[in-house]
Amino acid sequence: MIISVASGKGGTGKTTVSVNMALALGTGVELLDCDVEEPNAHLFLKPVIERSERVETPVPLVDLTKCTFCRKCSAICRFNALAVVGEKVLVFQELCHSCGGCMLVCPEGAITETGRELGTLNFGARESIGFINGQLRVGEAMSPPLIKQVRAAADPKRLTIIDAPPGTSCPVIAAMNGADFVLMVTEPTPFGLHDLKLAVEAVRLLGIPAGLVVNRADIGDREVFEYAKREHLPILLTIPFDRRIAQAYSRGKNIVEEFPEWRERFVALYHDIEAIITAKGKAVSCAK
Amino acid sequence: MREIVIISGKGGTGKTSLTAAFAALAKNSVLCDADVDAADLHLLMQPEVRQRTDFMGGSKAVINPDLCTGCGTCIDLCRFGAITESFQVDAIRCEGCGVCVDFCPATAIDFPVQRCGEWYRSDTRFGPMVHARLGIAEENSGKLVSLVRKEARQLAEQRGADLIITDGPPGIGCPVIASIGGATALVIVVEPTVSGIHDMERVVQLAAHFKVPGMVCVNKFDLNLEMTEAIEQLARQHNVVVLGRVSFDPAFTRSMVAGKTLFEYGEATATWQQVRDIWTQIINSPAMHSLGIVDFKATIQ
Repeated sequence: MIISVASGKGGTGKTTVSVNMALALGTGVELLDCDVEEPNAHLFLKPVIERSERVETPVPLVDLTKCTFCRKCSAICRFNALAVVGEKVLVFQELCHSCGGCMLVCPEGAITETGRELGTLNFGARESIGFINGQLRVGEAMSPPLIKQVRAAADPKRLTIIDAPPGTSCPVIAAMNGADFVLMVTEPTPFGLHDLKLAVEAVRLLGIPAGLVVNRADIGDREVFEYAKREHLPILLTIPFDRRIAQAYSRGKNIVEEFPEWRERFVALYHDIEAIITAKGKAVSCAK
Repeated sequence: MREIVIISGKGGTGKTSLTAAFAALAKNSVLCDADVDAADLHLLMQPEVRQRTDFMGGSKAVINPDLCTGCGTCIDLCRFGAITESFQVDAIRCEGCGVCVDFCPATAIDFPVQRCGEWYRSDTRFGPMVHARLGIAEENSGKLVSLVRKEARQLAEQRGADLIITDGPPGIGCPVIASIGGATALVIVVEPTVSGIHDMERVVQLAAHFKVPGMVCVNKFDLNLEMTEAIEQLARQHNVVVLGRVSFDPAFTRSMVAGKTLFEYGEATATWQQVRDIWTQIINSPAMHSLGIVDFKATIQ
């Protein structure tokens, strides 16, 4: 079973919810940090990292001794990653989407592939909680291929909890696509609500059942609650604003560890999600 | 023409609230919302849209079932797993590379250009604003960011404004890279948390990578004083100017609910002064005056 924790707006508490749910469940869980641009889950889960892997994406390498400068490669490339200038072929690696079109189209077989570093995959665990994160190389623009690699490395036998990036565009889709449930974390403010609506549209486009966590539930206004009711989005957990929680977070401490009464609430959150998925006839329970 | 881009790495540190507050303090500026993925600045600015334009992004493959022979070439060649067994294109997975289009032996695949969102030229009580809305689940956010920044620049030239204030997206990926290239300076808004400092470090590296000068201000600084000091120390180590500190102040949320900037809500507070001081620091920073000339207009006269 895959639960993706998303939000639209940044800083609403995705990492807090994913990490605390993983800690509350304890065993049979694997936490994937798919916010590869700014991965934070490890700062709170504090896993022991066992190994790291460099992740690359294929980009063209042109053999100029075979090249006839026919320009077919630059013509097929929709991303302007190749340019033929006189007797030179310029490859703009950072623009390449790794589709392989140039290699296929080259009549001389002059193009092979080399790698552009996307970032690093880190594998680890905290006791029996598995952990994988991706860390995008600073300067690399494309996060979805790395997010897909994090997802591909997951252990399908365990409950997968995904800490997704903010927003509603391709990186978020890569972190939600194929999930059994999307848990959306929001805050009851105009920014929180506006971005939540966008996130809900994205989730509905993917056809995944969703529910809400309202964080800092007593700040702002009540509009988020009205919206949830109108849209039949179940509110599965509310977390009040508490300066002690905010301060604990600032030091890298977790709610379920600092305030043990929260442990059962996060377990109940998981059971509610499981019940919704079961009701939709999709559940394969993996977390025991 | 100078452009300040407000970014943060981590989301939710207060970029948009501070951008709006700066807009209220700036004289003769153009506003630009480069967070096209989850744009929020308009909620505080209530822009009157003067011009609305479609944003045409990349193309996507569409298989014509009348021409398709079911040979499977497209499935074999697509590296994104975007073509189903029944020869339909999954628009969410389609990368828009066109490989299937060019190699289909029956030329059965069309490649229509997609409308990926729209962008707006608007007026606000603080001056003109350029903003956009990327379609849900769309790609090409970097392209749209570049477009709104270019339009903001043009608008600023037309109106004789000498400053652009740009609200940037979170993260360090494609839309952020598109937001900071060629900017005069970056204002990095950091919150004093373990994740805030971690993400700031990556954003500072990104700024160095693209050679854009960065400046840091700590928002909600009183949440964790020790962390605030660690952030300021880290900034100095990276030669990043420390602009100041803003208190954790519920007035930001209250003014947001009212659809206003900090300075339009309630009575003047100590927080107002903190934000004013930071704005003064930004405007007078060396990054904003690369020739060392502070009052450009006065100097020319």
